[in-house]
Amino acid sequence: MNMFSRVDSHLSLESLPNRQPATVAAIDWARLSVPEARRLRELGFDEGVGVEVLHRSLIGKGPIACRIGRMTVALRRTVAGAIRVSQHAA
Amino acid sequence: MNAAPLVALVGNPNAGKSALFNALTGARQKVGNYPGVTVERHSGRLVLPDGRPVELVDLPGAYSLEPSSPDERVTRDFLAGTQAGERLPDALVVVVDASNLDNHLRFTLQLIALGLPVVVALNMIDLAERDGLKLDPERLSRELGVPVVPTVAVRRRGLDELRAQVDGVLTGAPCAKPAPAEAEDIVTLQRRARKIAALATVSEAPVRRWGHALDSVALHPVSGVLMLLAILFVMFQTVFWAGAAPADAIAAGFDWVSGVVKHLMPDSVLRSLITDGVIAGVGAVVKFLPQILVMFFFILLLEASGYMVRAAFLMDRLMAHAGLSGRAFIPLLSSFACAVPGIMSTRTIDDEKDRLTTILIAPLMTCSARLPVYTLIIGAMIPNVRVLPFVGLQGLVMLGLYIMGVVGAFVVAVVLRKTVTQGASSGFMMEMPKYQLPQLNHLAIGLWSRAAIFLKRAGTTIAFTTIVLWAMLSFPKPPEGSPVSPVNYSIAGRIANGIEPVFRPIGFNRDIVLALIPAMAAREVAVAALGTVYAIDESGSDGGEAQIATTLAKRWSLPTALAFLMWFVFAPQCISTIAVTRRETNGWKWPAFMVGYLFALAYGAAGATYWVAKFFGL
Ligand SMILES: Nc1nc2c(ncn2[C@@H]2O[C@H](COP(=O)(O)OP(=O)(O)O)[C@@H](O)[C@H]2O)c(=O)[nH]1
Ligand SMILES: [Mg+2]
Repeated sequence: MNMFSRVDSHLSLESLPNRQPATVAAIDWARLSVPEARRLRELGFDEGVGVEVLHRSLIGKGPIACRIGRMTVALRRTVAGAIRVSQHAA
Repeated sequence: MNAAPLVALVGNPNAGKSALFNALTGARQKVGNYPGVTVERHSGRLVLPDGRPVELVDLPGAYSLEPSSPDERVTRDFLAGTQAGERLPDALVVVVDASNLDNHLRFTLQLIALGLPVVVALNMIDLAERDGLKLDPERLSRELGVPVVPTVAVRRRGLDELRAQVDGVLTGAPCAKPAPAEAEDIVTLQRRARKIAALATVSEAPVRRWGHALDSVALHPVSGVLMLLAILFVMFQTVFWAGAAPADAIAAGFDWVSGVVKHLMPDSVLRSLITDGVIAGVGAVVKFLPQILVMFFFILLLEASGYMVRAAFLMDRLMAHAGLSGRAFIPLLSSFACAVPGIMSTRTIDDEKDRLTTILIAPLMTCSARLPVYTLIIGAMIPNVRVLPFVGLQGLVMLGLYIMGVVGAFVVAVVLRKTVTQGASSGFMMEMPKYQLPQLNHLAIGLWSRAAIFLKRAGTTIAFTTIVLWAMLSFPKPPEGSPVSPVNYSIAGRIANGIEPVFRPIGFNRDIVLALIPAMAAREVAVAALGTVYAIDESGSDGGEAQIATTLAKRWSLPTALAFLMWFVFAPQCISTIAVTRRETNGWKWPAFMVGYLFALAYGAAGATYWVAKFFGL
């Protein structure tokens, strides 16, 4: 049902380089707590939605800021790690 | 006559509900509290085109009808008609951010499905246009099956049309809406919302906001931190600089009133109650109002401009070590000025446990009321020598006390998160709002409501407790010609005698114990109380504090002084903090816990300091 090919679905949002438009390929809900999962859905994370990492905080394990739809959202890395993305073909 | 119809403003956080609320109701609004929770209830009067009044309520922002914070629970209960003391609204105005339709329409769909009459305010049309997004409100209206009115809340655009539509749905026949089959799940709704958003979008430019450029600086690991430090520096300088003069003026004003009363009334118990009890006590607290307002001005400014979430983003990593989220940073920071606004501003933390932990550790941040005490004791007891070029021992001790507070708070947070406020951290996941130029009237309304809350408390709880303290220090009166001073003869004096053995092991003498009792009202009163206890005639000279200092240097040992300082780092003093904690946690349980743990900590730290200092022969 996904119109994008899952070329790179080993890539997670956490490891996606900054400013590289990508698409959410799958979300590993099992890795998230119930409130986390709900909040993530409420913020519009879903398969097939465009995402892009905009900023990363302190090198190390600070949160990341990403664009989802037309919105900017801050996430901790553990959550970003549960979001599989596929990069758009260059 | 029926009561005016009730209309609720609902929508995602940052959709512009409050801006629209302010624009629609102007000054005709009331801020209260929903019973049993610390969620503010904002209501006001909206006037329909034909002059009929409507009660408009600004509901807390929510992402869905499944609550994940106390705010969201109020919204859900209100809409279900189960919120205590509220009736079911007659209509809803659903506020959506036009530049973020995908996301906001999902909640809109959920709200429409409730079956109440709905008008959608397609707000922030100006920002959507700025972002190169062109929408078709009529198409949106057709897809949703409810009226849609484009608005720009901050420029008062679309308000008349919105009033007319509200009138329309209120008077129109209750439309029988085919309520969709029981609760569609969030993903299905989201997909439907995205489809509708796509249909209502005429043309769209790729998201490229100037805000992103600002974020590259504001969120950058180096420049972002420097920017945050610069903002904090300006904020604290202003709090102390702009707050000091009005604080002195207020203190002088209270002194003046007290002088007038003294002049008009004969010396009596009643006069003493009014001047030494009520006026002095309330004055000691109201004096902080300017600093609190300046602090809140900055907090509201940072919040309204969209910067606050950026600061939280930068600090999240650090706060995570203590089991907190970045959101706790600003409240804790404000607590350096005063824990009262700090605790009040924890309302921006949506996770209850995070919020509670933050409230509980806020008193450990060294508030400005501790400064006079630190200054006095350090000045009297710590030799003014340089340990390094440009580094004086006195300054070093002062810095040490601040650091002790922060380290203590950190350790306490870690322990609390593992015990009483245990639970999975809610993490840090939040929308970063667009940068905005703050609206001045919005700030003014926010400041006014904070000031009102503070003054109301000063006039009730604090006035009451200061009267009790006054009574304890004034009664019973010693018999004529007794050699015992009135303070020593009073209940407080006797209590001090009674509990003195408890404090003896940590190096406190009876005079200190006695000074601690009035310091409950406001910490810096300890300075004046010591003065009274040592019977120093302060009226005789300006050198009141200097004289206390000389006396202290003679009567206290260094270990005792150090123990006293440590006590003040942790002590559960200040009735205002306890009162605001009670208010913000809705009950006595948490303030009692806070007082208990702070007391234990203060006792332990002061005792340890005393004995270590003695061991080293200080
Ligand atoms: N440009 C623009 N800004 C708006 C508009 N409506 C609200 N805002 C701003 O958006 C921010 C969030 O608004 P607010 O009313 O606090 O949102 P709430 O969370 O829904 O109550 C504030 O800075 C408002 O000044 C609008 O129509 N246009
Ligand atoms: Mg609001």
